[in-house]
Amino acid sequence: MSWKTEILLVGAGQGDVLRLDAPISFWGGIDPETSRVVLAGHPQHGQQIADKMVAIPNTVGSSSSSAVLLELIHQGIAPAGIILGRPDAILPIGGIAARQMGWRPPPIVVLRDHSLQSGERISICEDGLVQLL
Amino acid sequence: MTLRLTDEEKAILAGGKGTYGDRMAMEVVAESARYLGAKSLVPVASSHIDGCLYHGDSGTLYCEKLVDQGARVRVPTSTNVGALNLLKPDQCRLEPHRKKMAFRLMVAHEKMGCAPSWTCAPYQAGARPSLGQQIAWGESNAVAFANTVLGARTNRYGDFLDIACAISARAPDFGLHIAENRTARLVIDASDLPARLLQEDAFYPVLGALIGRLAGETIAAVTGMPDNVSEDALKALCAGAASTGAVALIHIVGVTPEATTLKAALGGLVPEVTITLTHEMILEARDALSLSQSEIINSVALGSPHFNTTECKSVLRLAAGRGFEIPFFICMGRHTFEELKSDDTLQDLEHLGIECVVDTCVVVTPILPRAGGVMMTNSAKFAHYVQGNTGHAPIFGTLRECVLSAQSGRVIRDPDVWS
Repeated sequence: MSWKTEILLVGAGQGDVLRLDAPISFWGGIDPETSRVVLAGHPQHGQQIADKMVAIPNTVGSSSSSAVLLELIHQGIAPAGIILGRPDAILPIGGIAARQMGWRPPPIVVLRDHSLQSGERISICEDGLVQLL
Repeated sequence: MTLRLTDEEKAILAGGKGTYGDRMAMEVVAESARYLGAKSLVPVASSHIDGCLYHGDSGTLYCEKLVDQGARVRVPTSTNVGALNLLKPDQCRLEPHRKKMAFRLMVAHEKMGCAPSWTCAPYQAGARPSLGQQIAWGESNAVAFANTVLGARTNRYGDFLDIACAISARAPDFGLHIAENRTARLVIDASDLPARLLQEDAFYPVLGALIGRLAGETIAAVTGMPDNVSEDALKALCAGAASTGAVALIHIVGVTPEATTLKAALGGLVPEVTITLTHEMILEARDALSLSQSEIINSVALGSPHFNTTECKSVLRLAAGRGFEIPFFICMGRHTFEELKSDDTLQDLEHLGIECVVDTCVVVTPILPRAGGVMMTNSAKFAHYVQGNTGHAPIFGTLRECVLSAQSGRVIRDPDVWS
């Protein structure tokens, strides 16, 4: 199975899906030192997003989410890819900044109304195609 | 939709014009414009940078690379809070490495030509964009104030895009830069509320927090408001709304410049939803700002957004010379700190035992006493963020309640305010 997506930050990667079942802001929601979900009461609280294909239905647009993503990339604990349910204006900036530093950012794409489940293995291609492996 | 760039913008992107730092900034602006669906870039007249707050070494390294590559801001640019009080570095308990990197991040912004204002209320520190002016600001309360109260045009610009806009003097032309995207879709009617309540300062942060929850990203027009709402009340309202929702613009009919009438605020269209506020909704929104039932409080913190001189003088007046049982913090910009020195105000505040937190604030860096305590505040924004960021539970109160409670170390309520 495969889906066409809208590309926010071009790139390729593969990994296991981690589906976040509630909206989150990277700033205040993800610990930049461990990549764990730290938002109190979040269904995936305590899980690490490092190396995952993290599927996020909805981000809460905090203006420092870009800085948290850059920090995750710099620490080598960024997700392998980010699949958003709707566009986020700020998050991809962290990826653009990472690329300018010579650090490889994860691809970020928008895929509305998908049914990706945690544990499924997927890939994202440079053309934005998401494939179930 | 294709992004169209000018010849100059293309030249900067291709490296034929400007420094490599200019190219980095233009890349950030142009690439974000592409995924945001902008058709072009819009020249901006000023910028306010939120990216000077330390979140990890990578941000410092990135901004230092911009500096090294010759990036300099091309429009008047103010800075939001950093993680340090530069006038009193020992006030914050960041560990030494982080303190050093937080300092280097602030220095990098000065080297890029930012005015070192270090305040979340730049609009009360001389940065007053005019009605209709295109700007690129970060910091949610400042964005909401600039759009709402001043009628300037900005989206909420996140870390690194804010400084990139300042360096390139451009922003992606989308969202609130475009006139037709600034009209209200939702009407919030306050006319059933007791008129006396609308004269209370503490009503405004609560109303803001409620608007944030009701509106989210939707632009609301608020009707039924008195025409004498003070700027400081609007400042508290905007900060509350931008904390609980992704609010960047509110039209307050009869008060804010793009809302001379409800029809103007709605752009002549019919609202999708109208919500009539009740007294109960206000009381619920007020109570949602307190996450502790404790009678004992461990600190009081004021100044989110940063307090100005008038607000500091109100504290002095309410305290009437009587000191405090618990730590009492007022966060402010250095512009206010300097102003307070011009008469006896700073001396009087310090005599009472008030600790001035300059260049930063108590919810973004470790200044409050150790976690686990209860902090009282009159700020909806502090109330919203303090638990998650510091581990202190908030209790919301009026300014008078905060002062009296600090004098006794126990919560003192003023029951008449909310009736």
